[in-house]
Amino acid sequence: MTVTIFVPRDAASLALGAEKVATAIAVEIAARGLDARIVRNGSRGMFWLEPLVEVRTDHGRVAYGPVTPKDVPSLFDSDFLSGMAHPLCLGLTKEIPFLRQQTRLTFSRCGVTDPLSLDDYRHYQGLKGLEKAIAMPSAEIVAQVTDSGLRGRGGAGFPTGIKWKTVMEATADQKYIVCNADEGDSATFADRMIMEGDPFVLIEGMAIAGIATGATKGYIYTRSEYPHAIATMREAIGIAREAGILGPSVLGSAHAFDMEVRSGAGAYVCGEETSLLNSLEGKRGVVRAKPPLPALQGFLGRPTVVNNVISLASIPVIMDRGASFYKDFGMGRSRGTIPIQIAGNVKYGGLFETAFGLSLGEIVDQIGGGTVTGRPVKAVQVGGPLGAYFPRALFDTPFDYEAFAAKDGLIGHAGITVFDDTADLLKQARFAMEFCALESCGKCTPCRIGSTRGVETVDRIARGIEPEKNKALLADLCNTMRYGSLCALGGFTPYPVMSAMTHFPEDFAPSPLIEAAE
Amino acid sequence: MTIRITAEEMTQRSRDIVHDRKHIEGPMLPILHALQAEFGYVPDIAKQVIADELNLSRAEVHGVITFYPDFRDHPGGRHVLKICRAEACQSMGSDDLADRARRLLGVDFHQTTPDDAVTLEPVYCLGLCACAPAAMLDGEVYGRVDEHCLSDIVGRLNR
Repeated sequence: MTVTIFVPRDAASLALGAEKVATAIAVEIAARGLDARIVRNGSRGMFWLEPLVEVRTDHGRVAYGPVTPKDVPSLFDSDFLSGMAHPLCLGLTKEIPFLRQQTRLTFSRCGVTDPLSLDDYRHYQGLKGLEKAIAMPSAEIVAQVTDSGLRGRGGAGFPTGIKWKTVMEATADQKYIVCNADEGDSATFADRMIMEGDPFVLIEGMAIAGIATGATKGYIYTRSEYPHAIATMREAIGIAREAGILGPSVLGSAHAFDMEVRSGAGAYVCGEETSLLNSLEGKRGVVRAKPPLPALQGFLGRPTVVNNVISLASIPVIMDRGASFYKDFGMGRSRGTIPIQIAGNVKYGGLFETAFGLSLGEIVDQIGGGTVTGRPVKAVQVGGPLGAYFPRALFDTPFDYEAFAAKDGLIGHAGITVFDDTADLLKQARFAMEFCALESCGKCTPCRIGSTRGVETVDRIARGIEPEKNKALLADLCNTMRYGSLCALGGFTPYPVMSAMTHFPEDFAPSPLIEAAE
Repeated sequence: MTIRITAEEMTQRSRDIVHDRKHIEGPMLPILHALQAEFGYVPDIAKQVIADELNLSRAEVHGVITFYPDFRDHPGGRHVLKICRAEACQSMGSDDLADRARRLLGVDFHQTTPDDAVTLEPVYCLGLCACAPAAMLDGEVYGRVDEHCLSDIVGRLNR
């Protein structure tokens, strides 16, 4: 019987040498005349183990990693094709603690299947949600999404069902589903992993959104920095179209839905939904004032659902397993699961999908294993460049939209960057302002000018020039940006700045070295 | 080596690119990406072509092009090396890596080496944050880039 070997094609796996490993395995298979085939799967999201090679055995899939090309001959010598022991053997993949502790609903297939195999997709429960949706009245689909408690996974946390209802009830000759795949936040890669590892789930989610709201055209707006995701997504859309999942009659129903991928051009602010819509229309990616809501006047002035990749990719399981199944996970008003992305200076970095409610300390210390440098964790930034820096003193904060807001932070797109004790939080605060200045669309004054003044003010604090006065000025500036900016770029840049200044005051004190030198 | 083409040829090729895409919804970014893929940059001469075909002013087209960091108004090097400068990579020493890249290539960010071999660009996140620091060379990605890896990447460029 042909043995199946899995070598990931995820961009992070490739960045760690998966292509060379796949080539080396192919060479050995040919040289030894073995009956084996290589499947290029997505990543399981355990990046300290990548490239993670798996072999399908009678007992389940056995994992080996991290594999380098020079390990490959010895893997064959040890008969890894039968799942035998080897220094790199990790045992059964599903028993690896990092995976075993997860609740994979949205990412159930990611890393398991060949991302471009519709047979695999169907075999692992794919298309069940869409099949159920086409048999339902649109209002019932929307009600099911609302009842599931799903909130926008892009960061804002707005209830997805409410957005859909607004679009469903709007009257227009054309409505759109726009998938926000402009995943620009540092520490986040969940969208990329879905697009590269399970693209059909996003297609299915968007088709369901189209059927629910009466939209017949969808766009995935993603980043030019994600060439692998763009290529996989485009290929998957072609396959789905060929199979009748997309097109004038979705799965043979009376519903039409088709979609395409569009690439941004390096502007971070285009992850903001109104800026994204302007960019998609071919304009400068400048933020629009709201109202009008995109749900009523979105792409080309038509009613438009703008949802994040993870929100849309969570729809199929909600339609298949039901609203209450999904809602039963989580805490408070944060229902379901969230793919937490653990990144930066961390021992076990990767994607960990779990119900809301784990404490930040559990995520960083237990799941992430602390820093990879072995030094103490000084700070973690939660929610990307616009998220707050949390000190160890706040590690009891549960991962939940409201709990993080109560601590002057946000969970955003659920990315966590870990920093060890060599980090300088004044430098990080300066970077937050610098990044805002670099990426500001320029529409509103607090963001456009405030960010540059912020950099200057942090620099004055660093040089010990009237530090108390300048710290007060920086706090005042942050207040102006927080409440005076049009969108989250200027509005949330104060989160990293203020949290750095509040929780790490020692980094904002005049440098004793400079004083001594003077 | 650069193959020189005449202004007329460039205008005609720009017109063909615009023409093929002008009927799609929101054609501007796909057009600009296609122009950059064709010429290695968005030539000034193409602005009027786009303006004419899409019924916009040349100023509007100029405004769109200059908004997006991806679009160049002059040719880059034969290779483009992007070093991630965002937080997750910072936590793993990307500032030092960036300095090293500058020294190795002898250019600053947004500059091209005198032999036109490589343009050095900053990038704010490649989504490789759990294997930081990250870099990209002509669309190929690299994770956990250390000193040796960077020297290796730079060494393989056809200078």
